[in-house]
Amino acid sequence: MIDVQPVFLWTDLLLFGLIICIALAAWRARCSEPARAAWRRVGESAVGMTSLTVLLLFLVVGLVDSLHYRPYLPPAKNDKVAADPRALSTEVRSALDALAEPLRARTEKTYSAPLAYVLFAKQTVEKADGTQQREFPRLKFGGSGLQYPEEDHIGDVLGRIGLGLALAAGAWCMLAGALVQGVALSRQVPFGAAWRAVWRGKGGLAWRAMLVTLGLVFLFAGPIAVLAGEYHVFGTDKVGQDVLFLTLKSIRTALVIGTLTTLVTLPLAVALGIMAGYLGGWVDDVIQYVYTVLNSIPGVLLIAAAVLMMQVVIDTHPHWFETAAERADARLLALCLILGMTSWTGLCRLLRGETLKLRELEYVQAARAFGVSTARILSRHVLPNLMHLVLIALVMDFSGLVLAEAVLSYVGIGVDPNTVSFGTMINAARMELAREPMVWWSLVSAFIFMFVLVLAANLFADVVRDAFDPRTS
Amino acid sequence: MFAYIVRRLLYAPLILLGVNLLTFALFFVVNTPDDMARMQLGAKRVTPEAIERWKVERGYDKPLLFNAAAPGPSSLTDTIFFEKSLRMFAFDFGRADDGRDIATEIRTRMGPSLAIALPTFILGLIVTVSFALLLVFFRGTYLDFQGVVLCVAMMSISSLFYIIGGQWLVSKIWHLVPISGYGGGLDASRFLVLPVVIGVIAGIGGSARWYRTIFLEEAGKDYVRTARAKGLSELQALFGHVLKNGMIPILTGVVVVIPSLFMGSLIIESFFGIPGLGSYTIDAINAQDFPVVRAMVFIGSLLYIFGLILTDLSYTLVDPRVKLE
Repeated sequence: MIDVQPVFLWTDLLLFGLIICIALAAWRARCSEPARAAWRRVGESAVGMTSLTVLLLFLVVGLVDSLHYRPYLPPAKNDKVAADPRALSTEVRSALDALAEPLRARTEKTYSAPLAYVLFAKQTVEKADGTQQREFPRLKFGGSGLQYPEEDHIGDVLGRIGLGLALAAGAWCMLAGALVQGVALSRQVPFGAAWRAVWRGKGGLAWRAMLVTLGLVFLFAGPIAVLAGEYHVFGTDKVGQDVLFLTLKSIRTALVIGTLTTLVTLPLAVALGIMAGYLGGWVDDVIQYVYTVLNSIPGVLLIAAAVLMMQVVIDTHPHWFETAAERADARLLALCLILGMTSWTGLCRLLRGETLKLRELEYVQAARAFGVSTARILSRHVLPNLMHLVLIALVMDFSGLVLAEAVLSYVGIGVDPNTVSFGTMINAARMELAREPMVWWSLVSAFIFMFVLVLAANLFADVVRDAFDPRTS
Repeated sequence: MFAYIVRRLLYAPLILLGVNLLTFALFFVVNTPDDMARMQLGAKRVTPEAIERWKVERGYDKPLLFNAAAPGPSSLTDTIFFEKSLRMFAFDFGRADDGRDIATEIRTRMGPSLAIALPTFILGLIVTVSFALLLVFFRGTYLDFQGVVLCVAMMSISSLFYIIGGQWLVSKIWHLVPISGYGGGLDASRFLVLPVVIGVIAGIGGSARWYRTIFLEEAGKDYVRTARAKGLSELQALFGHVLKNGMIPILTGVVVVIPSLFMGSLIIESFFGIPGLGSYTIDAINAQDFPVVRAMVFIGSLLYIFGLILTDLSYTLVDPRVKLE
């Protein structure tokens, strides 16, 4: 067992903190009947369960990638003094790196196509007899187990796909069995009856949609996982890194940007929106002035100005950060804060308008007549009646933020160039489209993963909105 | 209404002042001019003299807000805030880091930006409104459902994908139009077709879905039912009543962006090499040319505020019930 020291990056702590907050909020929502009914509507919707399943899978990958550590360096062999035998590596890794160690470590020289066993470009190779020849050199790792690659390659790939499908089917059956068993236990019916109920869509929540989604995901994940043991399934990029690994790492960045931004948006929008709407007068004027000013600056320019300034701060204080990962993390967090600072105005205006309406309702006026303090009226009577708007806005914002990250990285004001993200992947791959033949794989895999994540988030947001918006139900 | 407009116009400088204070704080208080000089000059070991020279050349050697050394009123005017921020109210943007006059640059680049943003805006509005009306015409059917699914899928695709994919397919595989570049006069249209089409397609998903909800709400109202009961065909009801009344929220929602069309589109311009204000901004951001970024922020805010006033006016024009107080 290798010694490691855990590293807690700011975004890790905040991400896990946010998850705990969501869990607490979910636990509290159990006690409120309307909230429970709304969530049941989400669970009963096939689209809702499908998108939720996909989002949860992404979340698991992102969370595993958020457990960071620094390995201890092996003691140097001829180190006479051995002053500090437990020196830490300067490289910060995550649990995902450890799980996918082969993917991370097996880097080729440069580009190679998906599932290839040779490099993408011809190189001059010196033969055993001293003659030089231009040919496609074999990859160091991809397909290295093949003795006669020309003949065996396709058979080997097909065999692995078959094995992957079999494993996926097995895993899916086990998961489905466990789920149906759970349904059977909770409804106190025999297993067979529970299975039929789930399959006919009468298992309470839309379990069938969830199982079908999982089945589809396994259909792809199984063969990919087995193939990844021998090949670079999505090819390699310019410096020979496995594209599948990079894509998996990008998920965390997207999740961090999509969720942590709300840490700024939420308190600002809720506090200022309610205050402006309920208190009125000069408070309202000041808050309206502030958000009109922020709104009137073109979003990208405001973000650009803030990011450029933050970059100067980070560059002039290198001693704040112990490792490169910490510096990149600080930039990621700062980007979230900046995105939050520029995106709270919409929600704030919405909440202000809603509070203006709520303020005139009888039960709020009654509370005021009874002499209930303003703070208590706001927290007990106004805020709970705005929470559905807040929730809808948060879920709707997520997909926009994930898409925005790619654009910002292209403009050069996104995440640190060393942070793996969909934006940096697209940006690096963009240049290679001019090549002949084209290097398309990193671009396509980044786009596909981003599309699936954003599509799931959009669909989920729609279902949540339909379930919580009192106008539609 | 006249009083209302005057009041709005008086409010505008106040907001612009706020914008200026904010950018000033971002550019000069978070980082001192010394920090910026050190970063611009690049090297780790810059001499204090070099920093001082850089600051004097660009006029950053003054106090930030209040110059105690200067006599009389110039203690307020001989400062960075006055010279760099307040001067913008007179459209005096100063010079970029490469020495060019920013105001001239903006004037010459406005044309290409507008040439691409205006067709995209108008075509986009026509296409999305027609698409939304089509979905409303087939509401409740399988076609409507598939249309909505298409919208959600289209809005989940990154705008970068539309651009890169479009360039690859149309320019590289089909060789229909040049990949990037710009020409004067009529020659420009060759370069503008693809960016405009891509800009329109990238915008369909989100807007069409939004317009569809607006039209659906309108189509369910009593007066539309009355119109149908009187014997109007579904098409007549849609175009004569639903479209007209549904356009009120749509128009007032899009009017605000009309002035900002001058700013161009950041991403599309830079991908297609169009020398407009959008690519100017991107270049400035990449070169960390702060005077240009500051000028663009100012102009952007000015156009936005103008758009807000236009929005209020358009309310009264399209909806006679609205009275501005």
